[in-house]
Amino acid sequence: MLSRTAENLYWLARYVERAEYLARTIDATLRVTALPAAYIGKTNEWDSALLTAGVAASFYQAYEEANEHNVVEYLSFSQNNPSSIRNCIEAARLNSRSVRTALTSEMWDTINSAWIELQAVWSKGTSTREDLAKFLRFVQETSLRFDGSAYRTMLRNDAYWFSRMGVHLERADNTARILDVKYHVLLPEEEHVGGPLDFYQWSSILRSVSALTAYHWVYRETLKPWLIADLLILNDTLPRSLASCYGNLVRNLDQIGVAYGRQGPAQRHARGIRNRLEHSNMNDIFQHGVHEFIQEFIADNSRLGEIITKQYLI
Amino acid sequence: MAVAFDEMNIPGGDLRPAYQELARWLKETPPEALEYRRQEAELLFRRIGITFAVYGDSESTERLIPFDVIPRIMSAKEWAVLEKGLKQRVRALNMFLRDIYHGRDILRAEIVPDDLIFQNPVFRPEMNGQQVPHDVYVHIAGIDIVRVDAEDFIVLEDNARTPSGVSYMLENREIMMRLFPDLFARHKVAPVERYPDELLAALRSVAPQSASSEPTVALLTPGVYNSAYYEHSFLADKLGIELVEGRDLVVKNNEVFMRTTEGLKRVDVIYRRVDDDFLDPLTFRPDSVLGVPGLMSAYAAGNITLANAVGTGIADDKAIYSYMPDIVRFYLGEEPILKNVPTWRCREPKDLAYVLDNLSELVVKEVHGSGGYGMLIGPAATKATIEAFRDKLKREPEGFIAQPTLALSTCPTCTASGLAPRHVDLRPFVLTGSKSTTIVPGGLTRVALKEGSLVVNSSQGGGTKDTWILDE
Repeated sequence: MLSRTAENLYWLARYVERAEYLARTIDATLRVTALPAAYIGKTNEWDSALLTAGVAASFYQAYEEANEHNVVEYLSFSQNNPSSIRNCIEAARLNSRSVRTALTSEMWDTINSAWIELQAVWSKGTSTREDLAKFLRFVQETSLRFDGSAYRTMLRNDAYWFSRMGVHLERADNTARILDVKYHVLLPEEEHVGGPLDFYQWSSILRSVSALTAYHWVYRETLKPWLIADLLILNDTLPRSLASCYGNLVRNLDQIGVAYGRQGPAQRHARGIRNRLEHSNMNDIFQHGVHEFIQEFIADNSRLGEIITKQYLI
Repeated sequence: MAVAFDEMNIPGGDLRPAYQELARWLKETPPEALEYRRQEAELLFRRIGITFAVYGDSESTERLIPFDVIPRIMSAKEWAVLEKGLKQRVRALNMFLRDIYHGRDILRAEIVPDDLIFQNPVFRPEMNGQQVPHDVYVHIAGIDIVRVDAEDFIVLEDNARTPSGVSYMLENREIMMRLFPDLFARHKVAPVERYPDELLAALRSVAPQSASSEPTVALLTPGVYNSAYYEHSFLADKLGIELVEGRDLVVKNNEVFMRTTEGLKRVDVIYRRVDDDFLDPLTFRPDSVLGVPGLMSAYAAGNITLANAVGTGIADDKAIYSYMPDIVRFYLGEEPILKNVPTWRCREPKDLAYVLDNLSELVVKEVHGSGGYGMLIGPAATKATIEAFRDKLKREPEGFIAQPTLALSTCPTCTASGLAPRHVDLRPFVLTGSKSTTIVPGGLTRVALKEGSLVVNSSQGGGTKDTWILDE
């Protein structure tokens, strides 16, 4: 397939995944900040939301204070934030338009309808909490529909694999960023002063990767930071864990390698990261330092993005 | 202006045979039901994303072309005449182009004046003596046809460069069949859906000799911001070929390749929807980012077929248009089946004098214009507009032609105050491959939605209709 088509499919999937992740982050932050101050401590959760979205620096160039109004505006609707939900959907539509021939009509319909709704209903942003909740649900449903229609209607060929790679690479990045910002509340108990407020932080993290219920099914335990970290990093049954994302990335890259009869640096690099995740346990990771581990992962993950681009997309 | 010929109603109250069933159906269908389906159609168009961009319109970059749900109908007998005339015309266009870029018999015979060719900016000296596969220049032609009476079909314009609109022919039919199955059940409408197959067959048939037995065809688009982008992606999809932009192509050793995830892949035929000027920055406009550097040398080397060929603009030029009847006679020795609109060439002093004296009754067009931009419709223009145009004409007479204001035929159309006659034209699409010329029975009917308006161009507020050729 055309390199440009592959590139568009890959980014299209990333934009949709990112939009959903931002919606989840806002949703989780709204819940935490709705709690009385005694339960969440003094941290500014809206500031954390900016950090996990990776846009704190640009935000503070435009705004003074990270409060609900400003952050929701910036993450959801701002034209100036290149990865606001609005811009993600706009970019997804533009990408879809340039690769319409590679999309199934169901996928196109999902993106095009979302774009139409964005303009018809959400062009002025949201004014009430109720509106905002509706908007966030709309974004998440768009992503689910997109994912579902890709899964159900695309041919299993390189177009599908490039698109899935976009999803998993973006997803891995998102999960890693939450861990990066919140790692301090996940440290083993002896290393930090736990308190009742951590419970809400923990559930908020899980919620933002839609894993709160999953946690209970996997561990049948009350929330424990150690296990949360295990779930998000190493448990490959959780679709948003780093291990699961890399299992999928390696599989997609292998499928492409087989179809094209050739392997390359992307396959090797992805396998390297996957092996590292497979052979780690939380003990080692904590000993190595969670923060360092996560930061290395983020760098490795974005390096894979560059390698894929070089090998296939240009 | 005389009362226009109506395609449905015969003066005196009778109906033309092709419209009888439709008229009966309209009588049985309550207006609300029609309105409901009209809205449904609009929703479908928007959902599918069948939009076009209007240049110079900053408000909305994507618009829908209004779709009118009342079909325009033609009998098999009428179509047979039209089809024959179209094939004749396109055959002549191809022979004319081949001649202009080779022996130039027609110039020597003094049928077309030299300077009209050589001083014409759309003439491409690069094409002199250049062989094109199977001598086909115009693979896809869109011939704009109007009617003023029951007898004749008149060519308003030949489009031999990159005619657009065929996606509307196909999508209009899709949507009509979805919304009005009952109406189709009562008619025998010739299908149009094989157009993509015929187009692909025509394109593959003209692959260069150096191509493999399974030639690779690609559609070259200027990109998502082009007004006809939807059509480009639609056609690439229906044909099952790659939709490429200039940056996807690269020329090596005079062969054209596309950049794929598996490396470079040779392309043999390019259905290009990019104008000549932007095809190759090394040959034409150096500032073009839409084109492919070196494409013209691969073309000269005979390793790529461009459809349509480079330089076809000289055949659909409005100044050349007036010579078309003679061109048909010259190459085919036949009387033209399709008529021409009488045309005054403003480059000729006698014609210019007449045009200047009668501006308020004439339509004046720019020789190189298209899309309805930059034309004067005398009867509809204000005094000031006419005077401004008069100055333009005097300054650069060779840039214009003039024609009488035709009373284009009318068709019943949905309007705010119920069904009313509106002026229409028709663009059938003529495909020429190595062996044959084919036309899918139908075309794009454009309709001027404003009462009395004669401008059907979508960029000027025109709409479209499904076009039915009845199969008898």
